[in-house]
Amino acid sequence: MSQPTNLPSFWSRLSLAFGAFFKTLGDAEFAARVRDDQVGPVAAPAPAPAPEPKPAPAPAPAPAPLRIATPDAALQLLGLLQREARLIDFANENITVYADADIGAAARLVHEGCARVLREHFTIEPVRGELEGTRITLPEGFDAASVRLTGNVVGKAPFNGTLSHRGWRARDVRLPQLADKHDASVIAPAEVEL
Amino acid sequence: MSDIQTNEARYAIGIDLGTTHSALSYVDLQASDGEKADQGVLGIPQLSGPGTVEPLPLLPSFLYLPHPDELAPGDLALPWTNGAAAPVVGEMARSRGAGTPIRLVSSAKSWLSHPSVDRRAAILPTDAPEEVERVSPLAASTRYLEHLKAAWNAEHPDAPFDQQAVTVTIPASFDPAARELTAEAARSAGYGSPTLLEEPQAALYSWIQGSGGRWRKQVKAGDIVLVVDVGGGTSDFSLIAILERDGNLEPHRVAVGDHILLGGDNMDLALAHLVARKLQAGGTQLDAWQMRALTYACRGAKEHLLANADATTWPIVVPSRGSKLIGGSIRTELTRDEVTTFITDGFFPRVEASARPAVRTRAGLTQVGLPYAQDAAITRHLAAFLGRQAGATAELEGFQGKVDAAHTFLHPSAVLFNGGVFKSDILSRRVMDTLNDWLTMEGAEPARMLEGADLDLAVARGAAYYGYARRGGGVRIRGGTARSYYVGVESAMPAIPGFEPPLEALCVAPFGMEEGTELELPGQEFGLVVGEPVHFRFFGSSVRRQDHIGTVLDAWSPDELQELNEIQATLPAEGRTPGDVVQVKLHAVATEAGTLELVAVARDGQRWKVEFDVRSTEQ
Repeated sequence: MSQPTNLPSFWSRLSLAFGAFFKTLGDAEFAARVRDDQVGPVAAPAPAPAPEPKPAPAPAPAPAPLRIATPDAALQLLGLLQREARLIDFANENITVYADADIGAAARLVHEGCARVLREHFTIEPVRGELEGTRITLPEGFDAASVRLTGNVVGKAPFNGTLSHRGWRARDVRLPQLADKHDASVIAPAEVEL
Repeated sequence: MSDIQTNEARYAIGIDLGTTHSALSYVDLQASDGEKADQGVLGIPQLSGPGTVEPLPLLPSFLYLPHPDELAPGDLALPWTNGAAAPVVGEMARSRGAGTPIRLVSSAKSWLSHPSVDRRAAILPTDAPEEVERVSPLAASTRYLEHLKAAWNAEHPDAPFDQQAVTVTIPASFDPAARELTAEAARSAGYGSPTLLEEPQAALYSWIQGSGGRWRKQVKAGDIVLVVDVGGGTSDFSLIAILERDGNLEPHRVAVGDHILLGGDNMDLALAHLVARKLQAGGTQLDAWQMRALTYACRGAKEHLLANADATTWPIVVPSRGSKLIGGSIRTELTRDEVTTFITDGFFPRVEASARPAVRTRAGLTQVGLPYAQDAAITRHLAAFLGRQAGATAELEGFQGKVDAAHTFLHPSAVLFNGGVFKSDILSRRVMDTLNDWLTMEGAEPARMLEGADLDLAVARGAAYYGYARRGGGVRIRGGTARSYYVGVESAMPAIPGFEPPLEALCVAPFGMEEGTELELPGQEFGLVVGEPVHFRFFGSSVRRQDHIGTVLDAWSPDELQELNEIQATLPAEGRTPGDVVQVKLHAVATEAGTLELVAVARDGQRWKVEFDVRSTEQ
């Protein structure tokens, strides 16, 4: 896939998209700004993958002129997860009334579908190739965005520690393109059988 | 004629126009040298939902004819339509059509090769209500090909599709009419002068290309490769002998099988019905929507059970239709025994070499639906094919003396599998075991399986490689036409009341005509009446290799000659007086494009094509 080189990397775009998504969900004020700002166009149905608007560095606690990605990509992902994995049906159902076996049967569908969405629309790989539990050394100038230090964080690099989680990195994102007037907020249309 | 075009071509494009999926692969001619071909597969942008366009490696061969109120026009735009609605082809057509089958065109390719319907008539979907504007099998195929062309042009604006060397694949079992219709669909999709290639050959090309030159170590002169291609909707067999000429190995296609409408989709459906009966016994009734979801779930379960020999059961969940997922879903399971009984033993039973399919595959020419195979056992169809072709290599250079009259079937020495069904080792091993049983019974060496085939994309890849090999870039499979063709002539004998005069078959195109050759039927002239169509009964044979053009048969067994659709010659009235009789000779032409043409040539040199695809008058 040809990608313009001067745009943010997939990793930072993904982190931004998710950051903006969860912030929109969790923070009503933020969501209101997203709604009223009307920043950026909806991804255009151009042959090349639509570049997203230039984002701000990280979802920091809202400095005034913050430009954020449209919620379309997040809504699109929700649509895919609902279509392939019935994720919204699953999350919205009251599971207290069901036996584990019934939940387990549905979880198979959800698991299979989620895995398919991840496989088809993202290329996800571990941040660190080492096995979890091995001792690793982080040299000076290591990428603090991709490795999080925990526990006894003192002194200077190189840091020696145990890898407790390998991390995940999206090397590639392949979300479908959207038609100009397509309403992405309809995550799954109502179905009426005639 | 195609030389000017091919000299300018930057890419050799291969198109697999499949019954259930299509794909496009390409070879960059400038970056390729010898057997090192620079090859790619085009991601085909297509609607995956309303207003959502995704590039996918396969284009499902489905066309959906939406109701005018069903979808907003902006939701049907493709990157190359400038916001305008495009025909709904591909993934969204398939998923929408699952819910509304009366508006879904599927298996257009099988209809295109269906001899007893008018393939230019708007007949699909066959069960659509009056208000749905139907399309013809030809038009549906054209739409798929147009979509692939547009997808290419959007991705490669600097190398327009119609200036590239394009190869479209067809089943080896296609008769001349179906080949001609495929070429016509490609031409009306703006393909210029496309070349046709048989799918099993394409699979072998792909294998040769994928081996990076090592294929010469895996096969040797004297080998006979059996290609077993089981796609979503059809099964296709071919035999390719490996000859040695001037120190080089040369694959030589010696036989092709009959058209068998039987494939992976039948297997999924068989399992779904089995599971539905199980559920019914437990008191759960499935509706049509759930049945489709079940078929989909069965495909997944089948793949898991066939890929993993240790698994004994695989759970199947039919999702609820409403938003209550946990409460509304139906849970059951598929067991190994069921898969073994229904798939391994049902579709690939271990039969004797003398086994034959229970009913002839094309018994009548008057059926309304598709002529699906009536015996589901692919191994029985294979036994019939090898049995019929027992003498296929008898006269082949380097093979004389190897064919033993005591052999009841042709002995392949290597097998190449193609089609997603064979992603399962269990099924490919079953075919190998069955075949090797037959070989052992006749004291022959077991055949080996050729490794490293790309089961999903081999046909498209092989077609692109063929486009490249035609330019002298790589190995080519020889062999020419795989059937001989005959017209029926009433024999000259005194009339006997109550008896039709016996029919003789006159060979008008012999076996093994190489591309670019033309043969004249010696002696015989036909009187054609200007402006009046003349019909001939038309026959094909996949076994009569020895007949020359002009050979007259007065008797044949039903296994030897199959009757095809009748053919028609019409002399246009231009420049002639209607009613005049013109003496013509018949010529057979094996075109560079991979089609066969019969041409009527008058004494003054004027030529008319004889039409293989005659519009049926009764429809």
